[in-house]
Amino acid sequence: MSSPRELLTGWGNTAPSLAVVERPRSDSEVTSALQHDRVIARGLGRSYGDPAQCAGGTVVSNRGLWHLSPIDPDTGLITAGAGVSLDELLAVSIPAGFFVPVTPGTRQVTIGGAIAADIHGKNHHVEGSFMNHVTRLRLATPSGDLEVTPESDPALFWGTAGAMGLTGIVTEATIRLLPIETSWVSVDTERFENLDGVMDAMATGDHRYRYSVAWVDCMTSGPRLGRGVLTRGEHATADMLQGKAARSPLAPPGGTLLTVPITPPSGLLNRLSMSAFNEAWFRRAPKKADGELHSIGAFFHPLDGVAWWNRLHGHRGFLQYQFAVDDAHGDVVRRAIEVLSSERVPSFLAVLKRFGPGNPGPLSFPLEGWTLALDVPIGPPQLPSVLDRLDEMVAEAGGRLYLAKDSRLSPEMFATMYPRASELDAVRHRVDPDGILSSDLTRRIGLTPPA
Amino acid sequence: MQNAFGQPQSVLVLGGTSDIALAVVAKLAADRTKTVVLAGRNEERLAAAAATLKAAGATTVELVAMEASDPSSAAATVDAGIAAAGGSVDLVLIAVGLLGEQSTTEDDPSATIELFDVNLTWPAAALAALRTRLIAQGSGHVAVFSSVAGVRVRRANFSYGSTKAGLDAFTIGFADSVRSSGIKVQVIRPGFVHTKMTEGMKEIPFTTTAEVAADNIVKGLGSSAEVIWTPPILKAVFLVLRHLPAFAWRRMPG
Ligand SMILES: Cc1cc2nc3c(=O)[nH]c(=O)nc-3n(C[C@H](O)[C@H](O)[C@H](O)COP(=O)(O)OP(=O)(O)OC[C@H]3O[C@@H](n4cnc5c(N)ncnc54)[C@H](O)[C@@H]3O)c2cc1C
Repeated sequence: MSSPRELLTGWGNTAPSLAVVERPRSDSEVTSALQHDRVIARGLGRSYGDPAQCAGGTVVSNRGLWHLSPIDPDTGLITAGAGVSLDELLAVSIPAGFFVPVTPGTRQVTIGGAIAADIHGKNHHVEGSFMNHVTRLRLATPSGDLEVTPESDPALFWGTAGAMGLTGIVTEATIRLLPIETSWVSVDTERFENLDGVMDAMATGDHRYRYSVAWVDCMTSGPRLGRGVLTRGEHATADMLQGKAARSPLAPPGGTLLTVPITPPSGLLNRLSMSAFNEAWFRRAPKKADGELHSIGAFFHPLDGVAWWNRLHGHRGFLQYQFAVDDAHGDVVRRAIEVLSSERVPSFLAVLKRFGPGNPGPLSFPLEGWTLALDVPIGPPQLPSVLDRLDEMVAEAGGRLYLAKDSRLSPEMFATMYPRASELDAVRHRVDPDGILSSDLTRRIGLTPPA
Repeated sequence: MQNAFGQPQSVLVLGGTSDIALAVVAKLAADRTKTVVLAGRNEERLAAAAATLKAAGATTVELVAMEASDPSSAAATVDAGIAAAGGSVDLVLIAVGLLGEQSTTEDDPSATIELFDVNLTWPAAALAALRTRLIAQGSGHVAVFSSVAGVRVRRANFSYGSTKAGLDAFTIGFADSVRSSGIKVQVIRPGFVHTKMTEGMKEIPFTTTAEVAADNIVKGLGSSAEVIWTPPILKAVFLVLRHLPAFAWRRMPG
């Protein structure tokens, strides 16, 4: 008997594959969705590559697992179904005076996806990644349903962080929210003519801010290589607001302004248009400005204003390259930008952030030091080999790539970058003895057998 | 699995002693392809090809027996090939083919049957077998070697040319039938390539080596083109040739 199947891709619109999509609404429906040969969970598909795909198998959408407890006003704890998106959570929590402890560059990710990727935000250097703020989760595994806390089962709890769904299907989680007085962020902005200026300022000053991110231009060269704009901030307090904002200090983030309706031909975004965009954007930023108030949406999720902006990259799709290296290897950031610039790889502004110490998760991405992320359209013929070269540089420096963004890493490179992956074997054997949990990503990078 | 660039990790070659196909796989093995299955008839040549591919970067090369003059065996060969690749395969190259000698084939019904069996019926049966298997595995990529000889059939090799014309048309329809399933199917139309197949033949314009053809084909495999021409200039050349009046076409040299 054949169920209808859907063709799925990640946010980058590359390497599509067909799978049966199950949409369970309860724990027992999740349990029956696990009765297949090959299964992986899926949230909102905001990972760039193939981790929420399962060619020839079953993909379990978590979106039906939707429930929210009240927020405990004293502890900030909330229990949410794995299918709740951060957008939906914030719509409830901001008016109540709470923010999510970690937010990525888009609100359109689910709690399940946030845990599976152990996502990080602009506050990693002080507050760590998402799993550092999860106190408990429920995990449906082929061996049964489990309550997991960092105390009761540290191997499984931390094994789940960044494991991209490989330890089971998260059905709900309890998360500690951050109290806020307003839905505004007080932002300091500084513009730098080159990369050294940006990195110096971050290395010496980021500890003074909860949030910090730099946007770096990877299409410049010479003395202006890696010019960038650094924005750092802190949640604004009520006394900072004036006028209209002061009357509703906890206004929820705005919705979508625009939708990209169809996929235009590839090539619309090329070297020329992208470098023009970078230039205009750089010029627009103030040389230096302190204490400007930005809305939460404008500061954290600038791209959410245009729904499906990924379609702008055309039918060939695009990818994001994100790596992390420790402080001793900060030069890899510069060398990577030099390679991208000299190989004439077209890219939008790259995001440069500082990471604080990583957590115990063997597959959790963040490691103390630097992380650089950039979007690149598929198409330039030199791109596959240029990125392979960057992989070598990153691996040699003891760094790694972020699996939530990856769509092209080789099994050999994965093994080098994540030497602790085998620590997961015992846990996986316990929760998934027959090895039914696998995705296109895990098959591609050799975390599960290829066929 | 294929990655975002469409680079395969496993490749099955039906017609695994084809010079051009092997040159293509050798290049893929330098990137992500580690598992290769070669289906072919000549064991000695297959063994030599396996050694070459390992030197090029493949870690596993499996050999599978194949008899293209018996189209009823195509499905079994496809199954054996996929099994040898580990149960699923990212890219299938169909490169079976006989050139035949026009002057003898055209008067010989059984030679004509053999030519059509090997060049058209076997590959079409293999594609039919692949269709359900690739849809079941949920992803995949097939590239079928056609030839410019099939674009407009010539007096000088109309038997061979018409087998390729048939396969080319079949493949294009096949491609449309699996497009919505995410299976990518491409037709490769090489011009004259110096290989063992064409040994001793007179060169015609736009002749290339297997090496150059392989470069063009690898580039094409990574693109979304439905037809991969090699050398690429032939696409433009045939746009003209296709519409030459018949009397002029008959006088074309070669
Ligand atoms: C514009 C944009 C900006 C981004 N910025 C950042 C950023 O700043 N920082 C950052 O860390 N990431 C960032 N990301 C990546 C994104 O946060 C992660 O990819 C996240 O995992 C996406 O969540 P999702 O719900 O869409 O999950 P999907 O992409 O659908 O799935 C991701 C993984 O989670 C697994 N998964 C999903 N649900 C469950 C579940 N219930 N149980 C177990 N496993 C599950 C899937 O199997 C898959 O492996 C960004 C992405 C975009 C598109």
